[in-house]
Amino acid sequence: MTIEWGWFPDHAGELARLTADHLATAVPAVLFGLLIALPLAVLAHRVRPLRGFVLGASNILYTIPSLAFFVLLLPVTGLTRTTAITGLTAYTLVVLVRNTVEGLDAVPASAREASKAMGTSTLRTLLTVELPLALPVIMAGVRVATVMSISLVSVASYIGYGGLGQLFTDGFQRNFPTPVIAGVALTLLLALVADAVLVTVQWLCTPWLRGTSRPHGASRLRGAFRPQRSSRPQSLESRKRA
Amino acid sequence: MIKFDAVSKRYPNGTTAVDGLSLDLPEGGVTVLVGSSGCGKTTTLRMVNRMVEPTSGTISVGGRDILETDAAELRRGIGYVIQQSGLFPHRTILDNIATVPLLLGWGRRKARARAAELLELVGLPADAGKRYPHQLSGGQQQRVGVARALAADPPVLLMDEPFGAVDPVVRTQLQNELLRLQEELRKTVVFVTHDIDEAVRLGDRIAVFRTGGRLVQCAEPAELLARPADDFVAGFLGAERGLKLLSLTDLADVPYAPGGEIRTDEPVGGIPRDGDRWRLVTSPRGEPLGWLDTDALPAGGTAGEAPLEPVRPLRDTDSLLSALNEAVSSPAAAVARVTADGVLTGLTSRDAIHERAGRSHAEAGRAAAAGPRTPEDAAPGTAEAATAEAATERPA
Repeated sequence: MTIEWGWFPDHAGELARLTADHLATAVPAVLFGLLIALPLAVLAHRVRPLRGFVLGASNILYTIPSLAFFVLLLPVTGLTRTTAITGLTAYTLVVLVRNTVEGLDAVPASAREASKAMGTSTLRTLLTVELPLALPVIMAGVRVATVMSISLVSVASYIGYGGLGQLFTDGFQRNFPTPVIAGVALTLLLALVADAVLVTVQWLCTPWLRGTSRPHGASRLRGAFRPQRSSRPQSLESRKRA
Repeated sequence: MIKFDAVSKRYPNGTTAVDGLSLDLPEGGVTVLVGSSGCGKTTTLRMVNRMVEPTSGTISVGGRDILETDAAELRRGIGYVIQQSGLFPHRTILDNIATVPLLLGWGRRKARARAAELLELVGLPADAGKRYPHQLSGGQQQRVGVARALAADPPVLLMDEPFGAVDPVVRTQLQNELLRLQEELRKTVVFVTHDIDEAVRLGDRIAVFRTGGRLVQCAEPAELLARPADDFVAGFLGAERGLKLLSLTDLADVPYAPGGEIRTDEPVGGIPRDGDRWRLVTSPRGEPLGWLDTDALPAGGTAGEAPLEPVRPLRDTDSLLSALNEAVSSPAAAVARVTADGVLTGLTSRDAIHERAGRSHAEAGRAAAAGPRTPEDAAPGTAEAATAEAATERPA
């Protein structure tokens, strides 16, 4: 298998376009995922009986094969980017909902209690005490969800919105490995860069955790997804075993 | 200031946390709620700021029925300190302290300035304000907890076992600090503890609760120790309650006599061997250094070079209990008394301390008997008796 280096300069423009395209599918998926997961998780955290239902539902969504998902969505949203984003959003929920619930669980009861006892409203306590303290665990979920979305975008190439995944189809059809390798390398690079950006954002948002070897709440996490073992299939399998 | 009227708290599962509590807490005093676990003392405390709502009865703070006050508004007017400090791990010390002022809409600048003021008040260095809670020791965190509770200058302070999680040395420091602050601020404090010594140390009044949420007795510490209402209270106070009573009396009016002390630079040759066996050796400034055994004087040298038995000098503010302790352990059977600067004023004999201790007990017993309650009210073991006292007594 040889790489034809000459292919790259000729296709630089296309690669840039596909990378942008890739991000235009993956990033909104995570953002919409967060928008849906946060209220769901707060609800699941507050109302105990709903917890199993919410977590179960997000798990079930995840078990639907991605291709089948797109096929099911086609009659509703057609051959559009919306279809690709909707599918990916659904997949991010399994991580984002669970991690947000776990993050809220890990907030020290004394902090929540003190906030209430000082006359802070429930909503303000959620926004200014609970969510900031849950942030490290939520961000861990966001990192996993982001890397997962970036790797899953290629599946949407069947409906024409695969971003760098288009290169795979292209290479396979023509039995020409260079675009496939380029696609894999760029997807990997994109995932690494996105993860680094998120780590930086988290660092900026959590000044209280800097210079501590014992991050708040980390020891209490039971089922949260952590980026350290972020490769998606492994995480899920280890969860199933547990 | 805080008035409980026939207050009960029952949970749906049938447990009664607080049963028919009537209690009137006077303004500006420290009332300590004590009792074993599950006796309802914490529930009682938490009902004051509506963290727990009573099932029946009324509670008023400053004359207002708390159930008719908006819960958040009520809580902003009541300082609250909890055991694990309850500090917000994600906020700096200064921002932690400024929490309630910010909720009250003081504006960031004014709230921060107030927080810095409080940091100093509770004895923390100014640079601690920029740190995060996990960077402070347990004792320091607890000080911040107190500062945060005081930030908006609330008239009422609720403290739920605030010093329960720190080591004994730090706990004593924090207790002293609280007494100092209270001297200055005169808040109405409700303090929950299961430590009877802490209660005796801090309380202007002590309310003893029994399992099942019943108030058994509420009285000033001396009265409680001298005349426990029943066997339960006596048992809770412990076998040493007579000694605890002595911890409430200081040495100011205990007489002392000239000590016949020896300066360190006096040669031992000049010390008579036929007088008192133990002589106190002091520094040139007059600070007691130790007891010299005149039966075992070295052949030569000065008093300061001879072997000395240790002495622990006591000031007028020290308690009779510590004097008794020192008198028992001193080889001379006497206590060295010093000024606030540590200069010897004289000696008090063990007998004089015993005599004063006996008188303390008699006085406490008489004071308790002369109280406003009638013998019927004093029937032991009833919450009503304690209530009657609570309603009529003023703190000393």
